[in-house]
Amino acid sequence: MFGYQGNILRINLSTGKVGVEKLDEKLAKDYVGGRGLATKIFADEVDALVDALSPANKLIMATGPLSGTPTPTGGRYMVVTKSPLTDTIASSNSGGYWGAELKFAGYDMIIVEGKANKPVYIQIEDDNVEIKDAAHLWGKLVSETTDILEKDAPEKARILTIGPAGEKLSRIAAIMNDRFRAAGRSGVGAVMGSKNLKAIVVRGTKKVPIADPEKLKEVVKDCTKKIRENGVTGEGLPTYGTAVLVNIINENGVFPTNNFQLSQFAEADAISGETLAEKYLTKKDPCYRCPIGCGRYCKTDKVEGGGPEYETIWAFGGDCGVSDMPAVIEANFWCNEYGLDTISTGTTIAAAMELRQRGFIKDHEMDGLSLEFGDAEAVVGWTKKMGMREGLGDKMADGSYRLAESHGIPELSMSVKKQEMPAYDPRGIQGQGLSYATSNRGGCHVRGYLISPEILGLPEKLDRFTLKGKPEWTKIFQDLTAFIDSTGLCLFTSFAMGAEDYGNMVQAATGMEWSAEEVLKAGDRIWNIEKLFNLASGVGPDQDTLPPRLLKEPIGEGPSVGEVTRLDGMLDDYYSLRGWDENGIPTQAKKDELGIE
Amino acid sequence: MDIKVRLFATLREGRSKELMLQLEETPSVEKVLTELEIDERDVAILLINGRDGAIDQILTEGDVVSLFPPVGGG
Repeated sequence: MFGYQGNILRINLSTGKVGVEKLDEKLAKDYVGGRGLATKIFADEVDALVDALSPANKLIMATGPLSGTPTPTGGRYMVVTKSPLTDTIASSNSGGYWGAELKFAGYDMIIVEGKANKPVYIQIEDDNVEIKDAAHLWGKLVSETTDILEKDAPEKARILTIGPAGEKLSRIAAIMNDRFRAAGRSGVGAVMGSKNLKAIVVRGTKKVPIADPEKLKEVVKDCTKKIRENGVTGEGLPTYGTAVLVNIINENGVFPTNNFQLSQFAEADAISGETLAEKYLTKKDPCYRCPIGCGRYCKTDKVEGGGPEYETIWAFGGDCGVSDMPAVIEANFWCNEYGLDTISTGTTIAAAMELRQRGFIKDHEMDGLSLEFGDAEAVVGWTKKMGMREGLGDKMADGSYRLAESHGIPELSMSVKKQEMPAYDPRGIQGQGLSYATSNRGGCHVRGYLISPEILGLPEKLDRFTLKGKPEWTKIFQDLTAFIDSTGLCLFTSFAMGAEDYGNMVQAATGMEWSAEEVLKAGDRIWNIEKLFNLASGVGPDQDTLPPRLLKEPIGEGPSVGEVTRLDGMLDDYYSLRGWDENGIPTQAKKDELGIE
Repeated sequence: MDIKVRLFATLREGRSKELMLQLEETPSVEKVLTELEIDERDVAILLINGRDGAIDQILTEGDVVSLFPPVGGG
């Protein structure tokens, strides 16, 4: 095979058995790699009703056919498992260098099964795979674990690990790699913790076989040029990182503030990308073979490290009413150390603040901290308590839905399918509302980033307040994203590249035919198998919705005043476009068309 | 009339981030760009009072014009 290493590494932690299996070429053609291929294999092997934190759940780390190749941004990997947060399929993506290194070790993916009887870590050095004792690592922060493993590991090894939050089965725990990179969402870190697996160290020295090296060189040159000449990927993201979005989203009046009670934050500029670059940025921190280099490395009087990203700044900043950038950077730092998802952590603190505001959280639960909107010390303090599951932080560590539900008011959780929504108020961005409601992993912006056409004007500007055309745009964005997530490339390339470009790269690398049409069809196929897994897991169409606040309470101020998400005006058309019945269930005809069961 | 202009990202370079412009009656956004010596091609996103605006749109007293170069993220 070309583009692929052709090998799946399967490790059973219950039995200690390690094996290598051949990758099925037909499956690779139908499901590409990464998110698609791992989901297909996962859904075929695992009962959808499995308890996500039981040994019967499996955990897959998957690269794509472009991971570890000379393509721009080809260093990413995808974690696929059943989510303990949402009970849906989880596919959580991360950058850095670990994904490419796994490919160099000779594997397209790792499937981890069972549960070790004591803490362990896995060390992979090409063909040599060992399960090793991790007693000395358990309880350690991400930086401590990485420091220790780097000393013992083969030279140039890359390290993936969970922090204390994953060990303590926090349903919003992340898997961290290369210190600051996170497969953040959907609680994948808790699945790793439930298997007593602390870390995976990998070192590889093999090349990725390429079908047509000359053609790939040509296509890479063309795509890299597009990335460098595009205003977003060539200048905006390299200069300011993702945080550049703070001001533009706020200016549009769709920057959720105080747990979505407001939609504009008066002090947004204090936590903007411009402020970050001016006062706190010390260097850029790019991923493997990335010509964009959006990654930030920041320093305050107290901490320094990777990040923060836009979503993180919003979650701890605007959503908690906090305008203190050093506190936001510190909260981000502790999320990286404990291995917590920054979006779910910040938004859960915001939900706790509203629960406190409304009298649900009592004085005796405060543990010396405040839960007032705008309190900078609170976001740092509660992040640490969530990371260690201390006091009220124990309950908060399972996310905002379970926290609000425990007080009998789950609607205060600004989540979809129990996963917290990120940093865009969908009441003023109609297509994004549909994208959130129909996302296969719950509240998420990177399943269909309608912000791109509705706010940023890419590839063309859509009126953000109208419904017309939004179901079509949502489906195309979701399908293309599913394909990109399966290649091993970064989604940010799509600001500059289209379906044809991705098809050309995968074709040159693998030798398989990939037209733009086939690219979108593969994305559609992947989307449908995710949906079918969710349905089998009991997450039905009744959950294709948004919190009541966003459907019923109009925005009260600013440029998007008076708006709610008019989901009813889009959902039926969306289901119909997908070839699903009126209840949002894929029809037999659709399944036949895509060749899925 | 008084128009408030808010500049972002690289458009802030060599300029302040927020300023008041006093312009003659019925100015367009184009006039604002001329006053600030901003090349229209450098403006990717143009908002008037937080809503999508156009370069030839006529402004009224108290309008807030927000100008962005190409930006993105997520």
